[in-house]
Amino acid sequence: MKHTLSVLVHNRSGVLVRIAGLFSRRGYNIESIAVGVTEDPDISRMTIVVEGDEAIVEQIIKNVHKLIDVLRVSNITSEDVVDRELALIKVATDSHNRSEILQIVDIFRARIVDVSDRSVIVEVTGNEGKVDAMVQLLRPYGIKEMARTGKIAMVRGAKQRANASDTGRAAAR
Amino acid sequence: MATELAAARERDKARVLKGAEAFVQALIDEGVTTIFGLPGGAVLPIYDALYNADIQHILVRHEQAAAHAADGYARSSGRPGVCLTTSGPGATNLVTGIATAWMDSVPVVAFTGNVARSLIGRDAFQEADITGITLPITKHNFLVRSVQDLPRIIKEAFHIATTGRPGPVLVDLPRDICGEELEYYYPSEVELPGFKPTFEGHVRQVLEAARAIAAAKRPVLYVGGGVISSGAHRELMELATKANIPVTTTLMGLGAFPGTHPLSLGMLGMHGTVYANWAICNCDLLIAVGVRFDDRVTGRLEGFAPEAKIIHIDIDPAEIGKNVGVDIPIVGDCKAVLQALVEKTREKKETAWLAKVHEWKEKYPLRYDDPGTGEVMPQRLVEEIYAVTKGQAIMASDVGQHQMWLAQYYKFDEPRRHLSSGGLGTMGFGFPAAIGAAVANPDREVWCLSGDGSFQMNAQELITVAGYKIPVKVVICNNSYLGMVRQWQSMFYGKRYSQSDLSHNPDFVKLAEAHGVPAFRVTRVDELRETLERAQAIDGPALVDVRVSREADVLPMVPAGAALKDMIGLEGR
Repeated sequence: MKHTLSVLVHNRSGVLVRIAGLFSRRGYNIESIAVGVTEDPDISRMTIVVEGDEAIVEQIIKNVHKLIDVLRVSNITSEDVVDRELALIKVATDSHNRSEILQIVDIFRARIVDVSDRSVIVEVTGNEGKVDAMVQLLRPYGIKEMARTGKIAMVRGAKQRANASDTGRAAAR
Repeated sequence: MATELAAARERDKARVLKGAEAFVQALIDEGVTTIFGLPGGAVLPIYDALYNADIQHILVRHEQAAAHAADGYARSSGRPGVCLTTSGPGATNLVTGIATAWMDSVPVVAFTGNVARSLIGRDAFQEADITGITLPITKHNFLVRSVQDLPRIIKEAFHIATTGRPGPVLVDLPRDICGEELEYYYPSEVELPGFKPTFEGHVRQVLEAARAIAAAKRPVLYVGGGVISSGAHRELMELATKANIPVTTTLMGLGAFPGTHPLSLGMLGMHGTVYANWAICNCDLLIAVGVRFDDRVTGRLEGFAPEAKIIHIDIDPAEIGKNVGVDIPIVGDCKAVLQALVEKTREKKETAWLAKVHEWKEKYPLRYDDPGTGEVMPQRLVEEIYAVTKGQAIMASDVGQHQMWLAQYYKFDEPRRHLSSGGLGTMGFGFPAAIGAAVANPDREVWCLSGDGSFQMNAQELITVAGYKIPVKVVICNNSYLGMVRQWQSMFYGKRYSQSDLSHNPDFVKLAEAHGVPAFRVTRVDELRETLERAQAIDGPALVDVRVSREADVLPMVPAGAALKDMIGLEGR
């Protein structure tokens, strides 16, 4: 199962390496990782999507939490969150199918951000499912290039920085 | 921090120092009295500042030994060990030592020089990305980027190394920083919002553990290095004796509970005692304290304490549930949690379970056959060292057969007396670790039991003990083999002794003497006691090369991948 972790870290050089290194040496798989500064310029938020069962994710959270530069780790998988991903997709076009592509883009409330005689670049924002669906529909026309940001997420409502899942609790047998 | 600087100015305490001077002053302010190290280009300014400083510097002959000596200093004293080396190869030579300390959770603070900031990343002479290299083997590491940060980083390094689960921390100092000036003061506190270990156990969990102990019919305490690092041996003794629970220790836990105590089952695991392993197999409650369910301890996981409810007490939440599912997890400092648990535990009388365990103890004691040919059995060697030192010495060991024999036959009654590389299994650890221990404990006998293979991995330190007259007694358990490799080749590879025969060893007596260390050789068991006593009587270092029976095996044994119940060699050999 996929889990989404929201990790608050000190905005310092080397933090990303510490997190990425931890994942690789403990054999955890990162599906995606997105990093950016928060409302506090000294603190960055990493949104990490990982694949694994409950026990593995529990271990990941505990080990990430042990890093000195990590301030908080929250497993927001089951929380009510807004999550978004941005993708830029370069699609092959010609005069015949350009309008079909424009229609798809319209339905998805995506945008064309670049047009040339043989391709367009589509910008789409949404949750992972929406981006996947968009990619699926554009694939038959020929996707020449694609860049995805990976997911960023935030818990809905007034609550700030969802509480860390209790890193002091151990997995039951 | 800014306000603290202002206050320091007010009290006229802030002074202008150069980076190198600030480094030395910060160590003094931190209470460091001893450094193990070796100078080089990038740390010349620091060594210049050390020239007249009120800090003892022990010069080693290879940087790996500096790290191990700092480690031995820390393990034997409980105070952080400090080492200092130059950039590049000086720094990379520390890596094995740092990894050793990492695997065994030892508070070592390693300082390395680096090239000037303007040269970092340009493959400069003697440049190595040591913070990158040591990322997976340190609790944390720092590259100092500004001289202003230096005192704070040193404060944080020592705090992180010694707080919570201990571990090594590395600080990398670019050379040009040493020459820059700063307004020095040493911070009194650290500000590390991302580092807040849990010390007190959860009250409800402690109560549940106490209830489980009250209900248990066949409990066992399985304790490790965490008990020693947290200084919880008294609380452990109280709990064990109050509820009459037998205690088995890991290799790292030797000395956490007296080896001579009637409730002691000795070591468990691959080369543990039969009775310890059987107690684990048959217990209905396993109380695991400061341990990490290492594969050398558990054998095949499904066969480890299969009938038991498990209580796991550890300060590191990531250890709980890592290898084995736990019924009652308690995150906290072993000492604090055991203290709370003792209060909630009711006294229990001796039980049928203890009688059963004692029966196993009588029936399957540690044993070996002495063919009576006059050659020295290696187990006998350990028994004689035990007798000569009255069981009171700090004993460092290297890695291999001799390490296991020491763990089996030397009954450690107090913590911080047994120094061994348990996790990483570093051959070459013992001798420099013994040097560190001897420097930290001038009033105590320090011995190193090594193997002929292991000793050669840091034999260059003979000149260090000779030069400083560090009174380490080295005993080489010499079977002219990489003994443990040979044992496995004998058992599992049809006696094909591929590259494990060390018949072409150096003459260890001449080697020691060439360094100015008095040395003796023992070839027959009737010379053993007397020779060990002669070495012991020497005021300073000494070495004894003991030729032991070549093909003795460490038994009993749980073969790799087998369950604890399937031990072999119960009758010894």
